[in-house]
Amino acid sequence: MKPLGDTLLTLASRFAVLSLLAFGGANAVAPEMQRQAVSVNHWMSGKDFAALYALAQAAPGPNFMISTLVGFRAAGVAGAVVATLAMCVPSCLLTYFAMHLWERYRQSRAGIALMSGLAPVAVGLVCATALLLARAADRDVRLALVTGAACGAALFTRLNPIWLLAAAAALGLAGVLG
Amino acid sequence: MVVAMTLDRADEAAPAPSAGALFLAFLGVGLAGFGGVLPFARRMLVEQRAWLDESDFNETLALCQSLPGPNIVNMTVVVGRRFAGPAGALAALAGLIVAPVTIVIVLGALYGRFGALGRIPGAILGLGAAAAGLVAATAAKMARPLLARRPVSGVAIALLTFTAVGIVRLPLPMVMAVMAPISIILAWMRPR
Repeated sequence: MKPLGDTLLTLASRFAVLSLLAFGGANAVAPEMQRQAVSVNHWMSGKDFAALYALAQAAPGPNFMISTLVGFRAAGVAGAVVATLAMCVPSCLLTYFAMHLWERYRQSRAGIALMSGLAPVAVGLVCATALLLARAADRDVRLALVTGAACGAALFTRLNPIWLLAAAAALGLAGVLG
Repeated sequence: MVVAMTLDRADEAAPAPSAGALFLAFLGVGLAGFGGVLPFARRMLVEQRAWLDESDFNETLALCQSLPGPNIVNMTVVVGRRFAGPAGALAALAGLIVAPVTIVIVLGALYGRFGALGRIPGAILGLGAAAAGLVAATAAKMARPLLARRPVSGVAIALLTFTAVGIVRLPLPMVMAVMAPISIILAWMRPR
């Protein structure tokens, strides 16, 4: 067991980097979060990460709460607070100071190139997140069917996602999913 | 007469909210959303409080999406700063995250203690499978405009990024350091 201070420092530095790389939002950096939490720092198993990601989705609030849960798992409440703040503060400071630059340059050639250049990178990152989550979650055909059904319903209906999560949890509670 | 008209107009626009009002408003947003809170932020800012009009909101969203970090978090900073300066930015951010952070810590602790009990593992497996499906849907929605109108280079960049991060599992900072500049330069050189 590493001392708490070391773990908190690791959390702070890793999530601060993620905060500044999260083009496309928190979903885009989930693969790196998983890599750090599971393979690099051994805070949890891949199965635990998938479960915590699901909990974060099922809880109210922004979807970057997975960072809070990773911090909590690594170093308790202090870790949760440190990871959450590290995920927010760097991008907030950037936003705070970049607001006015953006007003001035967003119509310029460089501004447009920046935004349209980052868009396909973000698409690739979120696709990678979907693959990794599905790989961790879909351990048999039944679970893969749940993933497919949730994806289809989210794409083709206007159902609030909470009902999809609730239905899947209910199937699990009923013993249908293993 | 002129004074009266000016006053009337001032009455119509919502007064600039204080830091306290921003905190409370975003507290509600943080508690409302499941699987993403942006739609709830829009309803609060545009429809309920009229702090932003529709085009203001869209511009703010575009700014927040073009910067790194959770989009909704960046939005609290932009909105908070506009109405109440640094204190407003801080109050809006704190309002947004304080309740969800508390809730997920409680959920995390419950998972640690009861996660292996009875049929709870089954429920969590179901949740995980559905959550993966929701992210896949988000990915598909994001890819749609890319497939519809972007040139081949954009699709190639997305595929390469996907492979590097999702399949080869390279570290994200490394991938971003290579892919982001290439993609931005390609976008810069694209004839318009």
